[in-house]
Amino acid sequence: MANRVAIVGIGQTTHSGRRPYVNDGELIYDAVTRALEDAGLTINDMEAVMAGNMDMFEGHHLNDAMLNLYSGAAGRPGFKMNTGGTVGTMTAIQGWYHIASGLYDVCLVIGWEKHDEGPATPAISTITDPAVDRHFLVGAIGGLATVSVAYMQRSGCKLEHAAMVRANASQAAHRNPMAHMREIYSVEDVMKARMVMYPLNLLMCCPTSLGATAMVLASESKAKKICKKPVWMKDHVTVHVEYGGAQFGIGEKRWTSHMEAGAKLFKRNHITKPMQETQVFEMYDPFAFAIPMWLEDFLVCEPNEGWKLIEKGALKLEGEYPVSPSGGVLCTNSIGDSAILRVAEAALQLRQPIRRCTLHQLYRRLRHT
Amino acid sequence: MEAVKKEPVIFEGFVIMPYKYSVGSMASKFFIKIRDSKVICGAKCPKCGMVNVPPRSVCPKCFSKVEELVELSGKGKLETFTIVHYESSVQALKPPYAIGVIKLDGADTSMTHFIGGVDFKDIKPGMKLEPVFKAKREANILDIEYFQPA
Repeated sequence: MANRVAIVGIGQTTHSGRRPYVNDGELIYDAVTRALEDAGLTINDMEAVMAGNMDMFEGHHLNDAMLNLYSGAAGRPGFKMNTGGTVGTMTAIQGWYHIASGLYDVCLVIGWEKHDEGPATPAISTITDPAVDRHFLVGAIGGLATVSVAYMQRSGCKLEHAAMVRANASQAAHRNPMAHMREIYSVEDVMKARMVMYPLNLLMCCPTSLGATAMVLASESKAKKICKKPVWMKDHVTVHVEYGGAQFGIGEKRWTSHMEAGAKLFKRNHITKPMQETQVFEMYDPFAFAIPMWLEDFLVCEPNEGWKLIEKGALKLEGEYPVSPSGGVLCTNSIGDSAILRVAEAALQLRQPIRRCTLHQLYRRLRHT
Repeated sequence: MEAVKKEPVIFEGFVIMPYKYSVGSMASKFFIKIRDSKVICGAKCPKCGMVNVPPRSVCPKCFSKVEELVELSGKGKLETFTIVHYESSVQALKPPYAIGVIKLDGADTSMTHFIGGVDFKDIKPGMKLEPVFKAKREANILDIEYFQPA
């Protein structure tokens, strides 16, 4: 039986597009010291440190190795996580494993990115098989654009629905002082943006952001002593997938890692009606079609119903089921930091539901792994 | 299998990964000082007094924020060294050349740099060194051309 794990300290930097006066380490230190201050602890209280960022996205291999003195990881145990956009959540999950197993009581988990300084697209392109897919699905956007078209084909979703998603996100980010793109856009503004890769125009893609997030995780016995309102990490599901053509499904029946994750998460938590039994969803939404498509794939709503929820306004901040009230990745995409930021934003909403929006009584929050 | 052994298909690719690196608040001041004044500085921790060269904005000893730069003489002592003979596309100099770990007077940490102006056979740990600056400096670590015997 796993020990319970709580988030007891949260720190994030402000997010922006350029910040040339600080290096990666200073960005990390900023987030770490804010998380420690939030928890009322010092670096000496951290038994282990987990770091998350992607090799070569900023031109560095093993980039934690030159940053461990800034993060406080030097001299302490822990792992460096190195997945792609998911790295921040994987880092939080690493911290969870270390505490749930009983190995440690207090862990620091960190994600960061100076996205503007690195060759993210060349680095991401190396994910795919060099002999077949690499020429075609260049960078992240190739895969995201093609799954968006496939979604439009099967569901009836239109470009305008993606524009509504981005307009909603802009309203949410405008109320989040830590978000990168806080400008308010109308549906018409989004529709006018220049096309990048059909059907994704510039505003339907996530921005190039930089920032860092750190969290202090603690065991049940420590959490209650450290803070009055620990936020419990109840469950998580990780499902592997192979990039390239295989992400469109294997065999005749459509299958995605999201579907597998959603099914497992809801089944073992006895959730049969996700939109009634959960109140909000902080999603890793790197392109505008992600929200309707992945709500369906995570089994939160029925197939082909995601865009209809957008049309009804149900997913807005003040709607019946708000998705990404932080503004999401659509407004802040500091990649190595993006996924841990989803966990942190979810925890902030639970701890202080009216901090940034008008949501009340949030009991349980889903996050996208 | 025989056919594949005769003609295996191997895709030859290449990846171009240009990047930038903001050196940070303390290192920016460090490099500008070298460029403009040929002075090497260290970062002094306000809490424990540790002096780091090259400077960093977080004290590795006590995790405090560091903002004070202190000017050093630039002279120091060779801790250890090696001679580079192999050639690689990422090197700043054509081999053979010497690199050393140098602890500057007044610093608590060491830095790496080239050792020059001396025969390789005469390089000894513990020898006193001083920096030789380039005539044209661009605010990077190679503004110091090398360290030579003092």
